[in-house]
Amino acid sequence: MKHLLTTRGLPRDEAIRILDTAGEMAKTQEREIRKLPTLRGKTVINLFFEDSTRTRISFEAAAKRLSADVINFSAKGSSVAKGESLKDTAQTLQAMGADGVVIRHWASGAAERLATSGWTRGAVVNAGDGTHEHPTQALLDAYTIRRHLADGEPGVGLDGLTVAIVGDILHSRVARSDAWLLTTLGARVVLVAPPTLVPLGVETWPVEVVHSLDAALETYDLDAIMMLRIQLERMTGGGAAFFPSPAEYTRLYGLDGTRLARLPKRTIVMHPGPMNRGLEISAEAADSPRSVVVEQVANGVSVRMAVLYLLLAGEEAAS
Amino acid sequence: MTGAVMAAPDIARALTRIAHEILERNGGADDLVLLGIPTRGLPLARRLAERIAVVEPAFDAQARSGGIDITMYRDDLRRQPTRPIGTTTVPPAGIDGAIVVLVDDVLHTGRTIRAALDAIGDLGRPRSVQLAVLVDRGHRELPIRADFVGKNLPTSRSERVSVLLDEIDHQEEVRIERSEGEVE
Repeated sequence: MKHLLTTRGLPRDEAIRILDTAGEMAKTQEREIRKLPTLRGKTVINLFFEDSTRTRISFEAAAKRLSADVINFSAKGSSVAKGESLKDTAQTLQAMGADGVVIRHWASGAAERLATSGWTRGAVVNAGDGTHEHPTQALLDAYTIRRHLADGEPGVGLDGLTVAIVGDILHSRVARSDAWLLTTLGARVVLVAPPTLVPLGVETWPVEVVHSLDAALETYDLDAIMMLRIQLERMTGGGAAFFPSPAEYTRLYGLDGTRLARLPKRTIVMHPGPMNRGLEISAEAADSPRSVVVEQVANGVSVRMAVLYLLLAGEEAAS
Repeated sequence: MTGAVMAAPDIARALTRIAHEILERNGGADDLVLLGIPTRGLPLARRLAERIAVVEPAFDAQARSGGIDITMYRDDLRRQPTRPIGTTTVPPAGIDGAIVVLVDDVLHTGRTIRAALDAIGDLGRPRSVQLAVLVDRGHRELPIRADFVGKNLPTSRSERVSVLLDEIDHQEEVRIERSEGEVE
């Protein structure tokens, strides 16, 4: 593995290797001294063309716990705002000696472009590109589900589990990355969304699609339910372009206490954050003991440590 | 010299002797913690702990032995393909104030032990750290020595020492081989 760009096409054994490594990384975080010397002397650049405090600090924490030097580069107020192209930015970073580049970009395919263009020799980690993919989020979701429901043993996948992903599938790179990764790991994935928020061509994905949350709760024996953020900032046509009103969305697709009670006892509630409380998830559901939202954040650091270790520690990274 | 240099009974005798030496040196089993270095240090640490428990019934072999993975502390990470990370299991009581005995199969350059000492430093602050190895083959590259040695084995650098243990290899033997590609 030279880069981590997508979960689509990521082989099962490779995915499981990342999850197993993340498990060992998590254990080191219970130690008296949580910093490991593993990536000493390596430089990781966080290249963020889109605001994302959570993902950036998660990568930053992961790199720092492995003793890498971290340089944060955000588009706001930088040369990018002055019109610099991705190519020039990448070459500048290469000149600074980046061993790894973590890129978040508003354009789908930006990470792939950076990895294959030869503009930088470092390993590229996709931290979200447009509406395409967000592989480390999917890996931390898989890690969280495995810990809770597949006894978390090294080497195992998610075989036999059913996971529902509810909400704005159309704009969600998390939903895409999750759909590919979770099915690769053996899970059954059900997408729940209004017809307007399901992407064209979804019939080619390895998933089932349901247009009502109540129907999904009726039909499937769910092990995990993932509520996606309704990304109001993406709905440039106004929320009304995709559904009549936020209140209607909440009534039909929101996870509230009543729906929570209908789920099997073992089912965990997930959310990639930040949550819109009262829109896609009620406070009751978000704060219930079955919610693993806060744990997802902690697992994110372990998973990103694993990815940075696997990409940057070995000789392949140096060559 | 090539071929088997220690058979199963030799390994058993060496471990029994080391177990006694550890107890003698430390005046008993109080505060002892045995940490094996993966892969083959793990079963060796467990075997030593069991032997110590035979002599000192108060010693809980299960609770006082574990493993310490050193992959992330190696100094040659960037010269090798990425290695999988092994498991670290530390006794629930931790290692602060304990006498930690590191256990490995072969002591060679000393770099593994250097990495293990760094890893221990991140886990806590033991009262002392000692080293037990089944085979010491020489060729140290760092000022490190073993406190307890099963067998001193003079080797040339081009030779390879393999320790095979029942728990992992389903056979029990120490072997010395001329490594491929370095035959003169």
